[in-house]
Amino acid sequence: MTDIPVTIARPSTGLGALVRHARYVIGENRVTGFAFGLFVLIVLAALIGPYVVPYDPLASNTAMALKPPSAAHWFGTDQLGRDVFSRVVVAARLDFFIAVASVVLVFLMGGLAGVAAGFFGGWTDRIVSRIADTIMAFPLFVLAMGIVAALGNTVQNIILATAIVNFPLYARVARAEANVRRNAGFVLAARLSGNAEARILLGHILPNIMPIMVVQMSLTMGYAILNAAGLSFIGLGVRPPTPEWGIMVAEGAAFIVSGEWWIAFFPGAALMIAVFCFNLLGDGLRDIIDPQRRT
Amino acid sequence: MLRMVSKRLVMAVPSLIGVVIVTFLLMRALPGDPAAYFAGPAATKEAIEQIRKNLGLDQPLIMQFGRYVGDLARGDLGNSLTTGQPVATEIRTRLPASAELTLLGLLVSMAIAVPLGIAAATRPGSLVDHTCRVLATAGVSLPVFFTGLILIYVFYYLLGWAPAPLGRLDIFYSAPPQVTGFYLIDSAIAGDGEVFLASLKQLILPALTLGIFSLAPIARMTRASMLAVLASDFVRTARASGLSPMTVIVTYAFRNAMLPVVTTLGMVFSFLLGANVLVEKVFAWPGIGSFAVEALIASDFAPVQGFVLTMAVMYVMLNLIIDILYGLIDPRVRVEA
Amino acid sequence: MKRRDFLKSTAALAGAVTAPAVWSSAKAQSRQETLLFVTESGPNNFDIHGVGTNRPGYEVSWNCYDRLMSHGVKTLPDGTASYDRDKFTPELAEEWSTEPMSITFKLRRDATFHDGTPITAKDVKWSFDRAVTVGGFPTFQMKAGSLEKPEQFVAVDDHTFRVDFIRKDKLTIPDLAVIVPAVFHSELIKKHASEKDPWGLEYTRTNIAGGGAYKVRSWQAGSEVIYERNDNWKCGPLPKLRRVIWRIVPSAGNRRALVERGDADISFDLPNKDFAELKQAGKLNVATTPIGNGIWYLGMNCKNPPFNNVKVRQAVAYAIPYQKIMDAVMYGLANPLYGAKTDTPDPVWPTPHGYATDMARAKTLLAEAGYPNGFETTISFDLGFGVIGEPACVLLQESLAQIGIKTTINKIPGANWRAELLKKELPMIVNFFSGWLDYPEYFFFWCYHGQNAVFNTMSYQDKDMDGLIEAARKSAAEGDIPDYERSVRGFVGKAFDEVPRIPLFQPYLNVAMQKSVSGYRYWFHRQLDYRTLAKG
Repeated sequence: MTDIPVTIARPSTGLGALVRHARYVIGENRVTGFAFGLFVLIVLAALIGPYVVPYDPLASNTAMALKPPSAAHWFGTDQLGRDVFSRVVVAARLDFFIAVASVVLVFLMGGLAGVAAGFFGGWTDRIVSRIADTIMAFPLFVLAMGIVAALGNTVQNIILATAIVNFPLYARVARAEANVRRNAGFVLAARLSGNAEARILLGHILPNIMPIMVVQMSLTMGYAILNAAGLSFIGLGVRPPTPEWGIMVAEGAAFIVSGEWWIAFFPGAALMIAVFCFNLLGDGLRDIIDPQRRT
Repeated sequence: MLRMVSKRLVMAVPSLIGVVIVTFLLMRALPGDPAAYFAGPAATKEAIEQIRKNLGLDQPLIMQFGRYVGDLARGDLGNSLTTGQPVATEIRTRLPASAELTLLGLLVSMAIAVPLGIAAATRPGSLVDHTCRVLATAGVSLPVFFTGLILIYVFYYLLGWAPAPLGRLDIFYSAPPQVTGFYLIDSAIAGDGEVFLASLKQLILPALTLGIFSLAPIARMTRASMLAVLASDFVRTARASGLSPMTVIVTYAFRNAMLPVVTTLGMVFSFLLGANVLVEKVFAWPGIGSFAVEALIASDFAPVQGFVLTMAVMYVMLNLIIDILYGLIDPRVRVEA
Repeated sequence: MKRRDFLKSTAALAGAVTAPAVWSSAKAQSRQETLLFVTESGPNNFDIHGVGTNRPGYEVSWNCYDRLMSHGVKTLPDGTASYDRDKFTPELAEEWSTEPMSITFKLRRDATFHDGTPITAKDVKWSFDRAVTVGGFPTFQMKAGSLEKPEQFVAVDDHTFRVDFIRKDKLTIPDLAVIVPAVFHSELIKKHASEKDPWGLEYTRTNIAGGGAYKVRSWQAGSEVIYERNDNWKCGPLPKLRRVIWRIVPSAGNRRALVERGDADISFDLPNKDFAELKQAGKLNVATTPIGNGIWYLGMNCKNPPFNNVKVRQAVAYAIPYQKIMDAVMYGLANPLYGAKTDTPDPVWPTPHGYATDMARAKTLLAEAGYPNGFETTISFDLGFGVIGEPACVLLQESLAQIGIKTTINKIPGANWRAELLKKELPMIVNFFSGWLDYPEYFFFWCYHGQNAVFNTMSYQDKDMDGLIEAARKSAAEGDIPDYERSVRGFVGKAFDEVPRIPLFQPYLNVAMQKSVSGYRYWFHRQLDYRTLAKG
């Protein structure tokens, strides 16, 4: 008897399959691959940035104020003599934190409320929908402004405002998805096995809608950073001298006309790259998870 | 039709009530003290208390709310502290300015995004497709005020192509006689070519800023919708019948693909009305957005409450109009309703 | 409705719009006779007696209403024209004569209000009564010159008006030339008054009821004000500008761009940096004038620890990065008020104090005060003045951290600033104060006196200080110069020893103008006076 070479079939489920699928999609779509690379860069800057920057982002040096980019200061210096490059890199941490925290918060708030509404229906559905409709009727940026103005301009409140403003979107999507799966086979099976309703909600429905939510979350991350920038322009952003891309752009905007373009340009470029990257990543994730919804 | 309209209006009422209540509470939660602001730089504590009583701010919240609702019922939106005018008047004069800007921004956006979306849909996966996605996303990735300032810097300050960002009209032109409040329409009605051109020139940069910002959703929606339609049976039939690609795309596919785009437009329009505030600040545009922002910073309740209420009502109206339009464009929707 | 019909009717509507004519009949007025200036914010009320009138509103009042007297002009060392504090010129009043306890004005006979009604002493009395009765800022300002009761104002006859003094006060006569005692058209306003509003404040908020050199032709709140000249103005030489347009442009960058490209004639409220650069570039005229009796300072709350300890305050005074602030915040457009070499201050105000940046000394003093490891506190500033306040606070924060004082920066929006100041709880503030009446005892009366006025933001109370201030006011009223100078030296010296507030610098008022614009004059109220301006 000869040994017949047997090819063991590669698994079609599990983490390995996901990674392979991801690599396939990223490889096929160069843009998504590019976005993923940027994302890694941003995360890197957020994690180790503060330790590797050449200057202290808060140290002022008025003798060196408003100097254009040079070998000593790659991105030039701002009006108080602080190194723009160091500030841009260190700001990555705060902006990334704002983005991630906003998204986690809105997912918890909106996602949970939405699935509960879609799953249980009845009064839960009515209340959640009413709340979502009321928030949607506001001009959203003004609502965010109002919340931060009322509660004080701290990072926590900016995150809270962003989460509240995005609540309706998440609630709607989660509700629609939960509604669809409400009477699905696996739910009925779980119920029959004696699982409590809450357990079904959290353990079965939620994980199933995660992929769709993740796409939305990636887009919201970009929005969170832009929102913070807009608030800073009005004076409701983070407190000085904290480096944050949005407030650096807002402050630097006043210097564009007098020719000191670098103060606003580099944080603006960093901001744009980050938001850009999150948006493209969201698209790419959508392709991985549900190619039918590609836009 | 009428039943649908009235049903929708009734359903919208709870949201509006919610909006009124939330805004009221939010305003009262603001750290500012309008009484102190009003009382002036040299006021003593007693003077401020006096003014507080005059403004009715010392009464319990419920009573203040009652008074506010009563005023609302009479159409009185209160007075603005920062400009000294009645809020209703301010909103009435400023709303057309914002609406004109937003509509033009939307038109600019559509003029760029729709062809882009169609081009991307007809060549999926190609360089054009990727470029479309990148361009549209890039536009929405910059803070809208930054885009505005860069445009002013390049086109006004450096190149001198655009006119001075002084608002709706250069100082030497007076506004056309008021019919709609839209300078473009009013000057056209009055037959005033100079003012028409002047208003148009002032509108270009801010409309472009808004347009760049709203490219992405429209381009994406067009692309997705076109893709879906291009894969449908009747398009396949049209192609098989030998019709030219241009006819297929424009006459058959595009019209049918526009439906979801119209819905997106409504969403984008209301989103723009909110993003308006920053553009208006940068371009000194006398719209309700800049009015509301200044009032908010000054803890001036009445304008912000009036602004939010107006926007909420407009949002409801807009959705209604879009649904009616939907019904007009696509008879199938009406039959199902 | 059928779809076809709907679309048809829309097309019909669009076609109904007529084709525009190429040229309209309305021609633009000559650019030469019109002045366009831009600022960040506009008036919210035309009446200086109004409730909550803001600074731009003062400008409207100044140009559209008359007062009994005005000030003469003097030339400053750098060539700028400025009002002369000590010289009074006739405006509505042709001449006046002073008695020990009164002053009598002879009014012009040919002066009229904008609607042609002659101005009489009755109107003057009504206006002055209004000023001292409405309350708020105008009444407060009148009180500063001992103008307190309607009984002091007497209309002797149609063209004679007398003010009786209730006490001798050097500030009474200067106070009659500030913006507040403007002359209102009493008959016109009374027609629009009501029981709830006896002084007609609602009417004058949006209407000019005066006889000044300019009238308001139109006002779009938050957007623009258009003035036109009152061709029948008799209270001074007829202004050269027929039309003045005030446009509100919130963005500072745009204001600079407009004036640099020649699209605006005058620009106020630019950041100092822009003014410094424009001055250097030389394409525009930049007038920079020190603001009389005006000081940016760091104030500390003397009621609560830790700043109730004078050594702590002195430590802070040594820890301030004065030169950095002058360079990076003011770009040199300010008079430094630190680092004086002498120990005896001059009897003028503002005058520099002897503190300079000395971190070692600051640390020692802080340790002596009982805080060797420093402490934590907040430093607040008015967001409305954020262009100066914010970088100043950032630099202060950095410097104070070096001696162990850890601060968080607190940005307070303009509208809340006054309320916060009134509470007198803020531990550290960076703030600006200036008084219209340019006299040291005036400044100290409001900022250092134990009466604890709202401007005494540090809640500083000291009996000796009160004594010195009151002595100065008395000797000023009596004309006793040596005693006056001694008292002034006394209270200034004490202010420097105890430093409840640390003067940082005296800022300049900066105005950028096209070279074709002439006639600019610096006024104590820091607003623009159109009556002396000309173009070309």
